Amino acid sequence: MTVSTTIAHPPVQPTDAAAPPRRALKAPKESYKVNWPLTIVLLMAALTILIPLYFTVVMALKGPSQTGGTGLETPNPVEFANFPAAWVTVGFGRALMSTAFVTVFSVIGAVLASSMVAFAIARNWERRFFRASYVYLLSALFIPFPVLILPLIKQTAVLGLDNPVGVILLHVLGGISFFSLLYIAFIRSIPVEIEESARLDGASTWQVFWRIIVPLLGPMNATVAIFAFLGAWNDFLLPQMIIADPTLQTLPVVQNLFQGEFNTDYNLAFASYLMALAPTLIVYVLAQRWVLSGVMRGAVK
Amino acid sequence: MTLPTLLEAPPRDAGPAPAAAPPRRHGRLDRAYLVMIVPVLALFTLFIVFPALTGVLFSFTNYAGYGDWKFIGALNYVNMFKDPTILQAYLFTFFFALVSTLVVNVLSLALALALNAKIKWRTGMRTLFFIPMVLSGLVVAYVFTYLFSNTIPALADSLGVTPLASSILSDERFAWIAVVFVTVWQAAPGVTIIYLAGLQAIPGEVHEAAELDGAGGFRKFASITLPLILGYLVINVILGFKGYLGAYEIIVALTGGGPGTATQSVAMKIFSGFSGGDYAYQMANAVVFFIITVAISLFQLRIIQRRGVSL
Repeated sequence: MTVSTTIAHPPVQPTDAAAPPRRALKAPKESYKVNWPLTIVLLMAALTILIPLYFTVVMALKGPSQTGGTGLETPNPVEFANFPAAWVTVGFGRALMSTAFVTVFSVIGAVLASSMVAFAIARNWERRFFRASYVYLLSALFIPFPVLILPLIKQTAVLGLDNPVGVILLHVLGGISFFSLLYIAFIRSIPVEIEESARLDGASTWQVFWRIIVPLLGPMNATVAIFAFLGAWNDFLLPQMIIADPTLQTLPVVQNLFQGEFNTDYNLAFASYLMALAPTLIVYVLAQRWVLSGVMRGAVK
Repeated sequence: MTLPTLLEAPPRDAGPAPAAAPPRRHGRLDRAYLVMIVPVLALFTLFIVFPALTGVLFSFTNYAGYGDWKFIGALNYVNMFKDPTILQAYLFTFFFALVSTLVVNVLSLALALALNAKIKWRTGMRTLFFIPMVLSGLVVAYVFTYLFSNTIPALADSLGVTPLASSILSDERFAWIAVVFVTVWQAAPGVTIIYLAGLQAIPGEVHEAAELDGAGGFRKFASITLPLILGYLVINVILGFKGYLGAYEIIVALTGGGPGTATQSVAMKIFSGFSGGDYAYQMANAVVFFIITVAISLFQLRIIQRRGVSL
């Protein structure tokens, strides 16, 4: 926990707390001596990120006659028609709705199911059944996806779950191991006394869970939600293998179209790639503070 | 991202609040807790554990993915070990996982040190360098496919660098470099963030003390920083290696396993069983793959525990 707190409030807080008073007087935020050589090295390294992004954008804005050369040339004239054309070609609207549906319910499902399971396990740790459940759920961390997937394809088809609902179910169940681990560690840090005082006031276990535990889980909910969001939004394998009806297919999978049939139409392909990357990119830039601290919390805790 | 937490799994005897355990906890179990956990356990069994077990079962049959089947014992396993394409997939996968783990960790540690140093626009730089983490690996790989097969050859051509003038994706000897490059590009932010967390956990005083003792930059890194983030390094190596063993998406999008079968990974080989009619055979492959993965993870865990690295 200490780590993520340090991240959330960058340099100022720890120094102030730990240093002798004379330091507290100076050192406002970022008033260090800037290491310019290192900054320049990093700026050059940043090109490895920026060039592919720039390239995707300019390719999406060119007409077919401009695709020759390196592809890095600026578009002239700018061709916005690629976006609607790509939208229609891959059925972008439909795929976007399907992806959004899968993502929203995967995130909600992951947060609810994992926190409930974690609460039950953490608060009944002395009972053998719950301890055994913990180990049982953890064992899934070791099962590689390739072992599951072939039987799963058959099974979901038989059960009529070869659709986005099945994918949601599998995302939630697949995430249970890791997410309930995160939650259990967090719930252990919440004093039982808080719950006990609520129980004295007549609260049931469910009321304790909804009114006390869930609100206190705030930061961990955010962490799990970010992981679940990225996992579901970008997932290619599960939808590709599970969803039988092409009209219900998700964004990463429909991008595949351009690799095959429309191999030559690079501008449409890149317009489509850009439209697929843009939502996460925009959300990330707007919410990067929470994303970074959330991912860090998940990684370290 | 899973192992660190696993390593510090709660001790068996520790209750949620060991000191102030009230007597109620040995009383009657509230049914609400069962309602919270039992349905999830049931679904988990049905959709994760049961398919895994069926998979193992079918690996002992001659099931093609459709039609009749019968038990054939360990024949699939025997055939597997005589199959050069499977052997090649394993060799490539291990080679790729080793190289990727090495490259990712060296680069990410350097990046984490740089992003933690006194650089200009630190917050902005961090935002920028972590972008690949949130992007879809598949789409990223498509973009790089074009860069590798068109842009780089065109650039090399105009600069007169003939060795690079043809696409490395179509060169059997070098296609793996492209696969490693894109894998590293996508994985580095996640690894960097763990190192950054480790670096931020080191109190500033430690470095100040070393400076007073006259330690230079490299000495500070080797004698102080590195030992203090060793736990994070171990975690990154284990997670990375296990993850890259299962590589699929990026390879499929980038090379499709080609040219020929030069970059075919084990996961790709296994997934081919669904359409290829050798379902049972590839399930045997999956089981072997599972055993190898677990063995490697446990082996690495043993080493960590022996070295007393804790997080």
